[in-house]
Amino acid sequence: MNILRKKSATSVSFSETVIETLIRLCGVSSIIFVFGIFFFVFREGAGFLFNGLDLVEFLTSPEWYPTSLNNKRYGTLALILGTFSVTTLAMCIAVPFGLGAAIFISEFCSPKLRETFKIIIELLAAIPSVVWGFIGLTLMNQLIIAVFNAPIGLTMLNGGILLALMSVPIIVSIAEDALKAVPDSYREAAEALGATRWQVTYRVLLPAAKNGLLAAVLLGAARSIGETMAVLMATGHSVNIPSSPLSWIRTLTATIAAELGEVARGGEHYQVLFIIGILLFTITFVVNLIADLVIKGIRQQ
Amino acid sequence: MQKMDQAKYIIICILVVSVCGFAIISYSPTASESAASKGSVQIIKNKGSDTMVNLAQAWAEIYTGLMSTASVEVSGGGSGTGVAALINGTVDIANCSRQIKPKELELATQNTGKTPQEFIVGYDALAVYVHHDTPLDKITITELAKIYGEDGNITKWSDLGVAHENCPSNKIIRISRQSNSGTYFYFREALLGKTQDFKLGSLDLHGSKDVVEVIGRTPCAIGYSGMGYATPEVKMLEIATAPGEPYYAPNLENVLAKTYPIARPLYMYSLGEPTGEAKAYLDWILSPAGQKIVEKLGFVPLANK
Repeated sequence: MNILRKKSATSVSFSETVIETLIRLCGVSSIIFVFGIFFFVFREGAGFLFNGLDLVEFLTSPEWYPTSLNNKRYGTLALILGTFSVTTLAMCIAVPFGLGAAIFISEFCSPKLRETFKIIIELLAAIPSVVWGFIGLTLMNQLIIAVFNAPIGLTMLNGGILLALMSVPIIVSIAEDALKAVPDSYREAAEALGATRWQVTYRVLLPAAKNGLLAAVLLGAARSIGETMAVLMATGHSVNIPSSPLSWIRTLTATIAAELGEVARGGEHYQVLFIIGILLFTITFVVNLIADLVIKGIRQQ
Repeated sequence: MQKMDQAKYIIICILVVSVCGFAIISYSPTASESAASKGSVQIIKNKGSDTMVNLAQAWAEIYTGLMSTASVEVSGGGSGTGVAALINGTVDIANCSRQIKPKELELATQNTGKTPQEFIVGYDALAVYVHHDTPLDKITITELAKIYGEDGNITKWSDLGVAHENCPSNKIIRISRQSNSGTYFYFREALLGKTQDFKLGSLDLHGSKDVVEVIGRTPCAIGYSGMGYATPEVKMLEIATAPGEPYYAPNLENVLAKTYPIARPLYMYSLGEPTGEAKAYLDWILSPAGQKIVEKLGFVPLANK
């Protein structure tokens, strides 16, 4: 009897260690993957980054001539501005819509309607980006030509609207979670003091949930910085410093996508594309860092 | 306690199964590959130029229908993609709408130990397209160079002497290709020689077909693409090398007579001297039967020997 119990105890502790190790591996693997990707991207680009690339020209010149026969120039200013302008435009559209929708779903709508809305918004998130790009290339192109009397509809506005539509579901679902996480006692207390529903939302819920809301906005922004296929198809893919929402642009991600497939491995152009990858990595890293600092700052207040 | 145990064993089972699954998935390609090489059908891998992808597809379909011993797998992606695959040794035949560069040739020889062999399999006339409403029928290479070139000063339709009613902005929208495509390289060289670059700010589209499609929707646009991609929404311009020279339309006779100024050979490259099925396939492409398909798809076949 005693022996039997002992045996089962050891087998339990054995399986427990196995599971623990496996779960630990899963956790550690995410760190390994991030560093592995960074190492790989950096290794491919490092040779030219430290030896030959004019970093000032790379960051400040708008002249992108990677395949010129006798005067190759690798200036990414136009691409950086393209990425930032289209992301900013997308956020100007997506943040009010996304937060508005989140507030409506979490605070103002009936439980039945809420479920329907959530399903539909999740459906919106499931549309592949190449389908968005296709909509941009055909439908939105025509629409922008007709509405703005523009010569061509493949513009920053086109890409911005698509990116906004793509990041709204992310913003809505995270912001809605953040609002749901505010304890009901806050709402009850505010209502007991005679606040209207709108006052409760504006004065109590938004300040209480602002960390989560900020995270929602930043994740939405990260989604649009990283988006490739839709902007490649919808923005005209043209090396051009943007001057208005109707100018056509090119983004960093689209440049990598369009050109990486056709460069000789290990060549200068190949390495420059990986350096653009490092640049994108750095941009997202800085965005995340700022987000962390802002959230910490808010917490300390 | 018993329930907990059961749950744990279930988790372990799931993990073990998923690990085995991964192992099987990652192993199976080699297994199927060995089965394919044992079987009677040999697969010829063919990749490259976007311009040639429709042609290569047509060849492959008809050839596979004729032969029971070989099957041809075709994919596009651009001339550079084909050459890159050749350098990495992952294709049997690479399609290329430009000639391979000496540096690429050297890299391929270095990487694979085999020197790529060149075959001219047909000709392609690049057509300059405008929207079908554009009141313009002919253009010179000199004018095109001023539209596309880095120092060019033609930016408006009125600069060409065209009163374009359907383009209120009067601005010429330049449609180009991504800077690695064979078509881009060829058009740049034909217009500007080897020393100049294109002006930035053109719309760099990703395929021969996209160019024609976008021009068909955009009255202000001008662009270039293969002759075989024409649609009713666009118009091909007649081209002269310089003002005062005769204009030639992009058609079969003018390309074969070498009077049409922007026509180029289409290449196929095999890794080393072709052998076996790859050799039979290339021979068939160069035969009258293969060349008939070239003509059918809007390209120009090799002159009859």
